Amino acid sequence: MSWGFLRDLLSGVNKYSTGVGRIWVAVVFMFRLLVYVAAAENIWKYEHDEFECNIKQPGCENVCFDHFFPVSHIRLWALQLIMVSTPSLLVVFHVAYRENREKHHNQKLYRNPGEIDGGLLCTYLISLILKTGFEIVFLVLFYKLYNGFKIPHLVKCDVRPCPSTVDCYISKPTEKMIFLYFLVATSCLCIILNLSELSYLIFKYSLKCYLKRYMKKQQ
Amino acid sequence: MDWGALHTILGGVNKHSTSIGKIWLTVLFIFRIMILVVAAERVWGDEQDDFVCNTLQPGCRNVCYDHFFPISHIRLWALQLIFVSTPALLVAMHVAYRRHEKKRQFRKGDEKCEYKDIEEIRRQRFRIEGSLWWTYTSSIFFRLVFEAVFMYAFYFMYDGFRMPRLMKCSAWPCPNTVDCFVSRPTEKTVFTIFMIAVSSICIMLNVAELCYLLAKFFLRRSKRAGNSKQQPNHENKEETKQNEMNELISDSCQNTVIGFSS
Repeated sequence: MSWGFLRDLLSGVNKYSTGVGRIWVAVVFMFRLLVYVAAAENIWKYEHDEFECNIKQPGCENVCFDHFFPVSHIRLWALQLIMVSTPSLLVVFHVAYRENREKHHNQKLYRNPGEIDGGLLCTYLISLILKTGFEIVFLVLFYKLYNGFKIPHLVKCDVRPCPSTVDCYISKPTEKMIFLYFLVATSCLCIILNLSELSYLIFKYSLKCYLKRYMKKQQ
Repeated sequence: MDWGALHTILGGVNKHSTSIGKIWLTVLFIFRIMILVVAAERVWGDEQDDFVCNTLQPGCRNVCYDHFFPISHIRLWALQLIFVSTPALLVAMHVAYRRHEKKRQFRKGDEKCEYKDIEEIRRQRFRIEGSLWWTYTSSIFFRLVFEAVFMYAFYFMYDGFRMPRLMKCSAWPCPNTVDCFVSRPTEKTVFTIFMIAVSSICIMLNVAELCYLLAKFFLRRSKRAGNSKQQPNHENKEETKQNEMNELISDSCQNTVIGFSS
């Protein structure tokens, strides 16, 4: 079980997405998943070992690290990737349910089980709203937990058992900050893509509905 | 999820590339990605652990390392490879869109559609002309821009392509100017020069491909202008020959683009 599982999942979702949805999948693969696995993971790999405090008091480093990094950036990033990709499963499940129903009744109930209309449209819209919601929640979480998106190279710690205010040095702060900004930028891009897909779908189907009603009135 | 997934995605694009494009893809995977994963990552693996400063002051090493290596070489290369591979996705998306349109035509039972079944549409290789030509050419252009930007960023950040053995650091909390020693400087310089050289080869391949596409475009235009006076059959024969040549040149790589072809 690794990121390959998520990749296969998203490939399955791609089949039932709109054009913008496929761009979203491409952005998630290339700019988030691949960057995470190929680059970001290694930066945070030894963050605890390389976290150094100007003190010999045993336990002080551990306590200070835990105080300043309750949840590591990289773990939050991984959680965000998983949570943001999961709502797309709703669409896959709904299509599977439709296909199952057709098989059960042994007749063609839908013009095309994978076409986004009716109930599947609602599911798709819900999945878009959930995806956007998760993105925003995680961005806010990052901002609140770490006081913005900056990583200082020095933090001052006075938690017991540190005897006084101690200087603690974070490893690779600049590199971490660059990748953090990259994460935020791709997150924002995905939010924009989701919102435009949402408005496109709502606009398209309201127009369809309106035209149908107009044709009916004409008749 | 790793570079292998990228290989599968780009493999599908390979079918619709020119011959130079295929060479570029091979160079990318063998001489850049594979070298990065198999060799370069090991060389840079212990970079901070073995970065040693001539001081016992806690924190001095961290600060000096961060000062001299704002972003590690290996990460910069990984980002460069990702950005350089991304424009090929534009081509993949355009091809997928065309396939989707042809499938729609086929399903509607359009008489203009000349395919016998859906499988033939899936397997068909599109020629690089019309709007696909513009997409393909812009993807090459973006590739060139990204390569150049990253090479420049590299040169700018590290003052050239050499890794020095010794760096003098006086950032706080280091008490004075302290000597810091980089691990494996020669090996790192060798790999840096190798990656820069392969990057330059890729830039040259992209420029050559761009020139080839432009030349083909102008040639086709002048032929069309010339042939409009002659019989239309003559032009069809030329195009069929070109088609056959392209089929012969394309290799038997049957990797389908995951997800993008459906």
